[in-house]
Amino acid sequence: MQNISKEEILSILETVTDPEIPVLSILDLGIVRDVEIDSSGKLKITITPTYTGCPAMDVINMSIRMCLLENGFKDFEIKTILSPAWTTDWMSEEGKKKLKAYGIAPPNIRQQVCTPELFYEEEAIQCPRCDSYHTQLISLFGSTACKSLYKCNNCEEPFEYFKCH
Amino acid sequence: MNTNSQFPIPNSRFLIPYTLHLADNTLILAQQNSAWCAHGPILEQDIAITNISLDLIGQARNFYQYAAQIINNSKAPSPLERAGGEVATEDTLAYLRDNREFKNCLLVEQANGDWGKTILRQFLFSNYQYLLYEKLQQSKDEQLAAIAEKALKEVTYHLRWSSEWVIRLGDGTEESHQRMIHAINELWLYVDELFNNADYETALLKENISVDVSSLKNKWLEKASAIFDEATLQIPQNVFAQTGGKQGFHTEHLGYILAEMQFMQRAYPNSVW
Repeated sequence: MQNISKEEILSILETVTDPEIPVLSILDLGIVRDVEIDSSGKLKITITPTYTGCPAMDVINMSIRMCLLENGFKDFEIKTILSPAWTTDWMSEEGKKKLKAYGIAPPNIRQQVCTPELFYEEEAIQCPRCDSYHTQLISLFGSTACKSLYKCNNCEEPFEYFKCH
Repeated sequence: MNTNSQFPIPNSRFLIPYTLHLADNTLILAQQNSAWCAHGPILEQDIAITNISLDLIGQARNFYQYAAQIINNSKAPSPLERAGGEVATEDTLAYLRDNREFKNCLLVEQANGDWGKTILRQFLFSNYQYLLYEKLQQSKDEQLAAIAEKALKEVTYHLRWSSEWVIRLGDGTEESHQRMIHAINELWLYVDELFNNADYETALLKENISVDVSSLKNKWLEKASAIFDEATLQIPQNVFAQTGGKQGFHTEHLGYILAEMQFMQRAYPNSVW
């Protein structure tokens, strides 16, 4: 696969989605950290996990592999790195919009609460349905490692919030 | 998972037990917490404690993968020799080592008890783990630093969650208050071990690979005191300290944990699913 551009690779990777939040592509999530094509045409893709124990990572790795094979790539490497650690700030604006439309409140800007001291400050989370900030935390942990449970006091709907990291 | 560390590693003699110690702490606590699955007091908290297990298993996998890599790339005697394993993997390290080869702190292997005891164990450990990973991020060993950097964010959530529960139960009803006092009495003798450097920790200090855990104690106490004050609980004074886990001398609980956790691989070697 000579002469393929990085942009073309990215548009292929755009079709790989998160198995647990299928509206988000791995590019929206900021999981893909680097795409390199060396002079011999070998492709190297660097990804990073969202959460250390995220069970979706094995599936995502496999999906990338399948997707590249389907698109005719044979000589490629998928490398996983841990540092720098993934942060919700890497989620694209487009991704945040898609999350909200899907009914999950997108993560706030990270600097607000990600130290133990600031953690005790109550965070204002906007309801993805009615946009009210009159919401309450039900549980810090939700159906997946990356989400917490909230309830909207305005429209009274429960919803999930993608935790800031 | 691939890593980008360079080999050969000069300190494998101490780096192997140190990495296994970090891995065993997280695996054993995860295994204990996971027993709450479908038994939590309410659904949300059942999900919370098992989410914490999942985070800890994720950390354990990263540490074991790294330990396996060092073992396979070094001439150091493999901790798997007795199990007949030739190539170390994250799975062989978790499932084929014996009681005496585990290097976790005694605290994490203590029985779940009631919800209060599980909460307290988590709080005592998360408080320690937060301070440990904060420092380990600066380790000269790039892979250990990367795992710590990644996991610190998750531990922040564990610490917040367990702190809130210590306060809720300590400053709750007469019953919950008494149960927390009971939990403190049962667990406090395992606290000091967290802050005693094992030989492998001391050996790696010179190269700035390990964290001097004795230096974490003051900050740890500060945090524990603040939370206990709010929870109307007292920090015990002059408690006998039981140690040994980091050297492989465990309480009776670890044997039961391993018997359950390792059963499938022991009964049906190399089985996969």
